[in-house]
Amino acid sequence: MARQVTLNRRLINTAVAWSLGLLIFFPILWTILTSFKTEAEAISLQPSLFGFDWTLENYQEVNARSNYPRFFANSVIIAVGSTLLGLCIAVPAAWAMAFVPSNRTRGILMWMLSTKMLPPVGVLIPIYLIFREFGLLDSRIGLVFVLMMVNLPIIIWMLFTYFREIPGEILEAARMDGANMKSEILYVLTPMAVPGIASTMLLCVILAWNEAFWTLVLTTTQAAPLTQFIASFSSPEGLFYAKLSAASTMAIAPVLILGWFSQKQLVRGLTFGAVK
Amino acid sequence: MMSPAVILLLLWMIVPLAMTLYFSFLRYNLLMPGTEAFDGIQNYRYFLTDPAFLEALGNTLMLVGGVLCITVIGGTLLALLLDQPMFGQGIVRLLFIAPFFVMPTVSALVWKNMFMNPTNGLFAFVAKVFGGTPIDWLGHYPLPSIILIVAWQWLPFATLILLTALQSLDSEQIEAAEMDGANAFSRFFHIVVPHLARAATVVILIQTIFLLSIFAEILVTTNGGPGNASTNIPFLVYAQSLLQFDVGVGSAGGIVAVVLANIVAIFLMRMVGKNLDL
Repeated sequence: MARQVTLNRRLINTAVAWSLGLLIFFPILWTILTSFKTEAEAISLQPSLFGFDWTLENYQEVNARSNYPRFFANSVIIAVGSTLLGLCIAVPAAWAMAFVPSNRTRGILMWMLSTKMLPPVGVLIPIYLIFREFGLLDSRIGLVFVLMMVNLPIIIWMLFTYFREIPGEILEAARMDGANMKSEILYVLTPMAVPGIASTMLLCVILAWNEAFWTLVLTTTQAAPLTQFIASFSSPEGLFYAKLSAASTMAIAPVLILGWFSQKQLVRGLTFGAVK
Repeated sequence: MMSPAVILLLLWMIVPLAMTLYFSFLRYNLLMPGTEAFDGIQNYRYFLTDPAFLEALGNTLMLVGGVLCITVIGGTLLALLLDQPMFGQGIVRLLFIAPFFVMPTVSALVWKNMFMNPTNGLFAFVAKVFGGTPIDWLGHYPLPSIILIVAWQWLPFATLILLTALQSLDSEQIEAAEMDGANAFSRFFHIVVPHLARAATVVILIQTIFLLSIFAEILVTTNGGPGNASTNIPFLVYAQSLLQFDVGVGSAGGIVAVVLANIVAIFLMRMVGKNLDL
C-alpha cells in the first residue's frame, strides 16, 4: 500500500523545500550573478538580483591578466595526476584485500583509515623542509605526490568496498569453464570492477581539486592551483568583487558539474562504504 | 600486492612524524641556521603555556562542536524534509548539495566579501533595509562567522548521507507502527532515529576528521584574528612554523595537535566500532 499524500501537503513540501534549497544555493547563485556585473555594480550599495547590465568583461580580464589558464592547468594536472597515481597503487592493494583476505586485512584497513586522522600540521614542517631540500616547493610533481598520499586511504577503502561486492562464485564458474588466472582477471573481474574504479576516480578528483591545506602552504606561483589563486584575492589590494566572482565561478563550475553527476558515489565513497 | 600501498603510507606517516618529534626537542629557527641545539622540553613548555594555545584549543573545539551541531541537527531535519513527496525533488537535491563542491577558498572569500562585509556585503544591505545597523561580522564575531561558513559547506554532506540512510528505511515498518497506534512523535524517536544512528555516526566521524584541520577558511577570512580570536590549532602551528620560522616550537605544536587528534580518534573509533560493522 503506497502512502496516500494529499496534493496540498505535496505543494507545501515543495514550497518549503524549494525555498530552503534556494537559500542554501544562494551564495553560489550570487557569485555567478556578480561575475556578470561591472565592478561598480558589484559593490553597489543597492544590489540588484537580475536587473543589471550583463557583461562578460570580468571573464575576459581574469583570463587575460592574471595568467588564469596556468592556474587552471595546474589544478587539472594536480587533481588528475594525483588520482591516477593513487589508483595505480590502490587498485592492487584493494584487489588483494577484497579477493585474498587474510585475518589481518581488517586491521590494515582500520589502520589506513586512522592515517587520515593524522592532522596535516603534524607533518607540515618535515614535508616543507624535505620539499625545500629537494627543490620540490612550488612544483607540481611534489603536490601530485602529497595529494596522492592524502587521498590514498580513501581510494583504497572505496575500491575495497566495490571489489568486495563482486561475487566470488563468478570466479569459480569461470574456472570451471577453464579460465586461467590471466583470463579470469582480464575478462571476468576487470569489467565488473570498472564502474567502481570510475566512481572512485571521480570522487578523488573532486577532493584533490578542492584540497586547500597543502596546496596553500606548498605553492606560491609556479605550481599554484586555483585554490591558491583565489586565496590571493584576500589581500585588500586584490579586492575586486566581480573579478573574484568570475574567477570563482570558473574554479567551481567543473567540480560542481562533476559532483552533481556523482552524488550517489559521493555518499558511498566518503562514508567508506558504510552508507549506500 | 598491497605492500606498496602499506609501505608508502607507513613512510608517509612515520618519517615526517619522527622528524617532527625530533625537531620538537631542538632549538631550531629557520632564520638562524646553524644554531640548532638540543633544548629538552622547552618548546613544549613554551607552546603549552602560551596563552594563544588555550585560546586556540578552545576555538578548535568550538569550531568542531559548533559545525557538528548545526550540520547533524540541520541535516536530519533537511533529510526528513527531502524525503517527503514533492515536485522537482531531484533538482532540489542538487541545490542542497551544491555547497559541498565549492572549494574552501572560494566559499570563504565569497562569504567574507559579498555577504559579511560591513559596507557593501549583502547582510549589511539586508540590515539597512530593515532599519538596523550593519555588523562587522568577521571583525566582531570572527569565530561564529567562520562556523557559519564551514557549516554551510558541510551541511550538504550531512543532509545527503542522512537522506540516503532515510531512504533505505523500510516504509512497511513505519506503516505497521502507524497501525499499532504509534503517533508521529514516537514513530520518529523509536524507528527513524535508531535507523539514522549509524549514518549519523559516520557523518560525525568523517566531519570531525576534516573539521579538526580547518585551515583555508581561517587563512583567507581573518588570518586567525583579531588577536587570536579565530586561531585554531592547525593555524597556530602554521603561524608558529612558517610565519615565525620557529621550527622547534612549531614542531612541538604539531605533536600536540597529533596527540589531541588521537584522543578524539580513540573516542570516534570506539563509536564506529560499535555502530559500524565492516
